[in-house]
Amino acid sequence: MADVNRGNRPLSPHLQVYKLPVAAVTSILTRITGHALVAGILLVVWWLVGAVSGPGAFAAADWVVRSWLGFLILAGSAWALWYHTLAGIRHLFYDALIGLEIESSRKSSWAVIVGSVVLTLFTLILFFIG
Amino acid sequence: MRYITPRKAAQGLGPAHSGTSHHWAMTVSSCALILLTPAFLLVIGTAIGLPREAVIAYFGRPYPGLVTALFVIVGMIHFIKGTRIMIDDYFQDTARKVAIIVSVIFGWGVIAAAVFALAKMAFITVAI
Repeated sequence: MADVNRGNRPLSPHLQVYKLPVAAVTSILTRITGHALVAGILLVVWWLVGAVSGPGAFAAADWVVRSWLGFLILAGSAWALWYHTLAGIRHLFYDALIGLEIESSRKSSWAVIVGSVVLTLFTLILFFIG
Repeated sequence: MRYITPRKAAQGLGPAHSGTSHHWAMTVSSCALILLTPAFLLVIGTAIGLPREAVIAYFGRPYPGLVTALFVIVGMIHFIKGTRIMIDDYFQDTARKVAIIVSVIFGWGVIAAAVFALAKMAFITVAI
């Protein structure tokens, strides 16, 4: 034990070179999207409060909501919301001990990613047409 | 003096001493949000772009008002409980306590703001 060189031996698997499996990526994205959704809800609630505060307050909030930044936040929130919803549904299945095998969790990871993108595009199309 | 054995006092509570109440609360709120999420997206998608008077009249109606209120209330309670897990994972000691307090105050602040705005819209709409 005493002659172990602790100074310059390589650390492996190091986080920076370790390729995360897709199930690990979708897992951390669940937490990230859940917390990032705070931006979307803040914008919407600010907009609602602005509407009852007065014409000036509403105009300011509405200008941000309709700006490119507002579109970025709301479209991003739509994706984050769908992603977090699908990942959450997967968690409910996990709790029921369904889909815990490596291969099925890999497949459901891709289903969550593709499903969230498709649902977001559907949401945006519905918003701009309807 | 508690006349129960140490085993009885600890049974079902686990290492966090709170049992599975947090997990169960997240399960229940997530099921509610599965229903509320598509409903809220349709409501907010309809409302965005309307002039101020139309926005007030729209959220003053029962369905859009109720869906939005429920989405923000259940969503923010889900958010407070969700951030708690993140805080427990990444923060220690005083920083952890401060983060939990900030998260709870922020979450209920958002709920109060949304409920106040929606209630005022409902009253304005009833008046006209």
